[in-house]
Amino acid sequence: MFLTFVLATLGITVWSARKNTGSSAYFAAGRSIKGWQNGLAVAGDYMSAASFLGISGMIAFFGFDGFMYSVGFLVAYLSVLYVVAEPLRNAGKFTMADLLAYRLQARPVRAAAAFSTLVISTLYMVAQMIGAGVLVSTLLKDYTWITPNAVIVGVGVLMMVYVIFGGMHGTTWVQIVKAVLLMGATFALSFLVMQQFGFDLGRFFDAVSAVSVTENGVETAKNFLDPGLKFGIEATAATGGWGPLDLISLGLALVLGTAGLPHVLVRFYTVPDARTARVSVVWAMVIIGIFYILTTFLGFGAATLLTRAEIGNENMAAPELAHFLGGEAFFAFISAVAFATILAVVAGLTISASTSFAHDFYANVLKAGKEVPQGREVKIARISALFVGAISIVLAIRLQTVNVAFLVGLAFAVAASANLPVIVFSVFWKRFNTAGAVTGLIVGLAASIVLIVLSPSVMGIDGPDVAAAKRHLIQAAPIFPLTNPGIVSIPLGLIAAVLGTLLSKREIEAEEKFAEFCVRTHTGLGAEKASDH
Amino acid sequence: MNQEKPSENPPSSSDGWVRIMNRPEFAQLLVAKRRFIVPCCVFFLLYYFAFLILVGWFPDLVKKPVIGKVNVAYLFALSQFVMAWGMAWLYMRRAAVYDRAVAEMLKKENL
Repeated sequence: MFLTFVLATLGITVWSARKNTGSSAYFAAGRSIKGWQNGLAVAGDYMSAASFLGISGMIAFFGFDGFMYSVGFLVAYLSVLYVVAEPLRNAGKFTMADLLAYRLQARPVRAAAAFSTLVISTLYMVAQMIGAGVLVSTLLKDYTWITPNAVIVGVGVLMMVYVIFGGMHGTTWVQIVKAVLLMGATFALSFLVMQQFGFDLGRFFDAVSAVSVTENGVETAKNFLDPGLKFGIEATAATGGWGPLDLISLGLALVLGTAGLPHVLVRFYTVPDARTARVSVVWAMVIIGIFYILTTFLGFGAATLLTRAEIGNENMAAPELAHFLGGEAFFAFISAVAFATILAVVAGLTISASTSFAHDFYANVLKAGKEVPQGREVKIARISALFVGAISIVLAIRLQTVNVAFLVGLAFAVAASANLPVIVFSVFWKRFNTAGAVTGLIVGLAASIVLIVLSPSVMGIDGPDVAAAKRHLIQAAPIFPLTNPGIVSIPLGLIAAVLGTLLSKREIEAEEKFAEFCVRTHTGLGAEKASDH
Repeated sequence: MNQEKPSENPPSSSDGWVRIMNRPEFAQLLVAKRRFIVPCCVFFLLYYFAFLILVGWFPDLVKKPVIGKVNVAYLFALSQFVMAWGMAWLYMRRAAVYDRAVAEMLKKENL
């Protein structure tokens, strides 16, 4: 099952490698992807293992509170649709930094933007790879040679092959295939769950409202439709958490962070024009929305049909549900889909990171925007994909004990605090200047990282009976009480961008270029066109 | 060849851009967009955070069953999906109007 997917995607890679002539083809798939295709690819890029495995597990264990993630992940796309997709496509070329550097000073802005892109992509990627390691080695536990480390290396190498040879064409098709597979698997699982309840929604929700949970040897019935099992005041009191405030902080990071995730942003360069970019966001919203609604059946299905002991690891709720409903073959299928999910997301992250390095850092910072020879940028991107892959493999192996959800949460928080304010200001605020962009990016990035290090995700005092894999990195009481820094770091990034602008000299050149930039972003005049095939 | 095509005659001088920027139609387009997008963003953020605040601080209000065992919380969550799709649909309709306005304006500029 795994092998079939791997072979199929390698086939796609070989096929698309032949199309990769020129940098527009390699970085942006020749801008020839159709709206619905890009919609599927955005969905495939976005629905990570954290969604499929993480959310179904969270609903299976904490009921309604897990579903809160599903809601946030979809609503977030409204900010992509309203604010970033079209201006980005109209004014940019390959990366987020193109939009920022259009009227600001290219070198400092690109350097800062490339740095935040690399940080976000690496955090996200390491999380996916750690997840893959745990998942695959648990699934194939009969083969003892498949250790988490072996899987991490395997995933890393595969993704390097996709990205280095397949470029954006290959990555796009890997993501499309994965989105279709994941939707198919989710529909099949939901169907089988409802079959257990005689396709009677009433009976299904009756069962959900009385899930028997064994805690400390006592069996009680809990209503899983009621909120509060994870973010409630009582639920978080034990860990000293702030309960609902954490929920707001997470909500902010999700809703504002998605529009700043580099691997989502680069997808809008692969379509012919801004209109198609807009159409593809809507396609993605339909697919993503249906998927997240169906997590109801996956998560609640696992909660009602399986006991906690049967699920074991929280992330295994969906595969174990498949095992229970469809036997070994279905279990293998769902596991292969989960693996495909991880591969596609990792490939998307790698290409956005290496594009940013080659296009922003190499071509525009090191070479100061001087003409680089034909094909050099692509070559640098391929080499940096190799490095990004290698660094992520090493980090994923070293950080294996770190909680995956916190890495993903951090990536969203950095995207929301560093990238989004700067994107919005550069599009809508004439006075915005280079100093503002650089301080906004740096402060947003630093604030999110510092706050997360001081939060209960990293700091905490564990008793001697806590397993090594679950111990906190810093054994001390947390200084910052929230697990997600968004509610503090986003305003900080925003204020830094404003102050940086107002406290520095007006940048006449940037303001003069605002007319050109404004006309471009709103009309698409002079935007990069699709190439012929 | 896979060379990127040159874009369709963007204005060659900064005067050209400024001329378009100063066209009344362009100013109208920006105002129309702002009048639509800003309220939309405010609305969806309010609707989403109202949901988070209600669920977070007033769980007893949303635990009330409405249809069978399905409670206010779950229905409110589902309504977020409907809201997001609805808002996207509204924007698609609006954006088609903007596209036409842009096309007409560029025609007048002979671009």
